[in-house]
Amino acid sequence: MKENTLSYRDAVHEAIAEAMRQDERVFLMGEDVGNYGGCYAVSKGLSAEFGPQRIMDTPLSESGFVGAGIGAAMGGMRPIVEIMTVNFSLLALDQIVNNAATLRHMSGGQIGVPLVIRMATGSGKQLAAQHSHSLENWYAHVPGIKVLAPATIADARYMLAMALADPDPVVLFEHVMLYNETAALPTPADCPDMHKAVVRKSGTQLSLITYGGSLGKALEAATLLQEQGLSVEVLDLRCLRPLDTASIFASVDKTKRLLVVDEGWRTGSLAAEICAAVAEHCFWSLDAPPQRICSVEVPIPYPRHLELAATPQVQQIVDLVLGLLGKQAGTK
Amino acid sequence: MPARLPQIVLVKKGFVMTSNHPKPHMDKAHLHGLLKQMLRIRRFEEKCAELYTQQQIRGFLHLYIGEEAVAVGIMQVLDPQDAVLSTYREHGHALARGLDMGKVMAELFGKVSGSSRGRGGSMHIFDSDKRFYGGNAIVAGALPLAVGLALADKMQGKKGITVCFFGEGAVAEGEFHESLNLAQLWQLPLLFVCENNGYAMGTALAISESQPHIFIKAQSYGMQAEAVNGMNVVDVEAAAARYCQAIRDGGGPHFLECNTYRFRGHSMFDSQLYRTSEEVQQWQGKGPIVQLQNWLHSNHALSSAELQQLELDVQQEIASAVDFAEQGEFEDESDLCLGLYGQGLL
Repeated sequence: MKENTLSYRDAVHEAIAEAMRQDERVFLMGEDVGNYGGCYAVSKGLSAEFGPQRIMDTPLSESGFVGAGIGAAMGGMRPIVEIMTVNFSLLALDQIVNNAATLRHMSGGQIGVPLVIRMATGSGKQLAAQHSHSLENWYAHVPGIKVLAPATIADARYMLAMALADPDPVVLFEHVMLYNETAALPTPADCPDMHKAVVRKSGTQLSLITYGGSLGKALEAATLLQEQGLSVEVLDLRCLRPLDTASIFASVDKTKRLLVVDEGWRTGSLAAEICAAVAEHCFWSLDAPPQRICSVEVPIPYPRHLELAATPQVQQIVDLVLGLLGKQAGTK
Repeated sequence: MPARLPQIVLVKKGFVMTSNHPKPHMDKAHLHGLLKQMLRIRRFEEKCAELYTQQQIRGFLHLYIGEEAVAVGIMQVLDPQDAVLSTYREHGHALARGLDMGKVMAELFGKVSGSSRGRGGSMHIFDSDKRFYGGNAIVAGALPLAVGLALADKMQGKKGITVCFFGEGAVAEGEFHESLNLAQLWQLPLLFVCENNGYAMGTALAISESQPHIFIKAQSYGMQAEAVNGMNVVDVEAAAARYCQAIRDGGGPHFLECNTYRFRGHSMFDSQLYRTSEEVQQWQGKGPIVQLQNWLHSNHALSSAELQQLELDVQQEIASAVDFAEQGEFEDESDLCLGLYGQGLL
C-alpha cells in the first residue's frame, strides 16, 4: 500500500483496534476472528495485541454468539460481533429481531442493547447463491435496530466508533468488494454523523441515491454522464435505518428526478421504500417517475458473466439516466 | 409418588452452610416463608385466571400453577447482583424474585404503571433494578442472552451469577445446545434451570425427545447436571444452594432439571386433549403447596391459625395489587414510539 493511503480492510481493523484501546468494555467475537484473523482478514493481528479474551473465537453458532453479544451488552459490555456474511446472519435473525430490536421498547425502556454487529454483504467474488446476497433491507425493515452501510474508507474507519457510542444495537454492513479499496488517509472530519446521508457528488439534473457496494458504480456512472454534459447528484445513504429522509427529499426536490441503485432484490427493496417515500413527499417536484435499478430476482449465480448480469452495473445506470433525461447514449 | 418428607432438619437458626456441601437447615420461619412465597404465586395466578375471564387481562396468559416450588426454591439462594432470565410463563419467577406484585398485575392489565409500561403484558415482565431480564416468548430465546450476561459478569470481574429458567420444550431448539456449549466452553457463572413439566404445549416429552432425561444432555457437554424433584421446594432449594455455591466458587456452569407439572392448560386457550384428567389429579395430589403444608401439619409446625394468617396476608397483597392495576392509566397513544431508541452517547 502506498504511504498515506488506507484500505477499507485496514480502516475497519484500525477502527476496532482503536475502540478496544480506548474502552475496556469493547471486545470482538465471531467465527475465526482470532487465530485465523477473520475470514476477510479484518481482524488479523488483533489477537496478538488484545489476547483471546477480547478477540474471541466462537464456534459456528450464529444464534448462540449473537445472543451472547446481546446479553453481554445488557450486562455492561460493548461487544462487536462479527458474522462472516449476511447469509449466515439468518441463523441469528431470531436473536437480532426478537431480542436485540425489541428489548428496549418491550421492557418500557429499561433494557438497552449497545451492541455492534458487523457482517460482510454483497456479490462480486463469484461466491454463488449462499454467500453473495444483499439483505440489508431485511434489517432496515426492523424498528429498534440501526443499520449502517459504510461505503468509503473514511466511513469504514470512523463509523464504528459512532456505532459503539450509540445506545442501541447497530448492524453494520461491509460490502465484500470494498475491502481492497484504498483512499488517502482519512480524518475524523471525513466521516459526518452516522445518521446522515452524504452528497458524494453534487449535481442538478437527477439524484442517484445508493449505498454500500453500489456507491462506486453510481459515482463512475455520474462521471461518465458528466462527460456527456449531464449533471447527476450522487447521494450516499450511509444509514439505512433510520433513513435520512430530509437529505433524500432535499436532493430530489432540487434535481426533480430520482434513480435508486440497490443491490438488493427489486421486490420489497430498500429502493422501493425510497421511491415510495419520494413519491409521497416530493410528488410535485418530480419531472419523471422515480426509478430503480436492483438485482435481478434470482439467486446470485456462480459464473462471472451471470453474476454481473444479476446485479446493478455502471452501463445500466448510465443508460437509464440518459433515458430519464431524454438523451440517447453518445449525444449531448 | 407419595409426598416425601423434605430432607431437612428443623433447627432454631436459619440457613446454615457446611463447608463443601451447603445444605439448607431450615427452621419453621424459613419453611413458612417458602410456603408463603408459593401461596403468593398460586393465589395471584388464580386471580389472574378470574380476571382473564372478565377480560381485564387479555392476550396469552400462561399459568405457573403447580410449578411454584421451582421458582421459589431457586430464588432463595440468589443475591441482588445475580441476573435472572425466564420464559413466557414467568409470573412466578417475577414474584419470587421480588418484583412488586402491583406492578406485575398492572403489566397484565396493560397499564403504564406496569413493570414494562404495560407494553409487554404477561409474557414480557422486566425489572432492571432486580436484574430480571424477562419474560421471553421465543422458546429458548433467552438462553443465549443468559450466556452473554454471565460472560459480561465474568469479563468485568463481577460477583453475580446468572440463572436462566426454561421449559423442556426449549431443549429441542438449536439455541439450547449452542448456549450449553458456549457456557461450558467459556466456564461461565451460569445456572441453567430446566422446568420439565412434561409437555411442550401439548407435545409430550416422550414424543419429542430421543433422550427424555434432559440433564443427561447437559452432562454430554461436560457440565455438572442433575435432576431434582421439582414438586418439593426444599429439594429444589437444597440443590440450588449446592449448585449456586459451586458456581460462585468458580465451578463453571451447572444444570438443574426440575421435574414438575403444570396443573392448568398451556394457556387459557388450551382444551387439554393431550392428557387425562386422572393424570392431572394424580399430580395435583403431590403438588408443591399441599406437600409442604401436609408435612408442616404432620410435624406440628403449621397451625390452622398460622395458615389462615398466611392466606390472609397473601389475599391482602393481591387485593392491593389488583387495586393498583385498576387505578393505573393506559399509556397515551402519543407515547407509542417513546423509548424505541435510547438517547445520547454511552
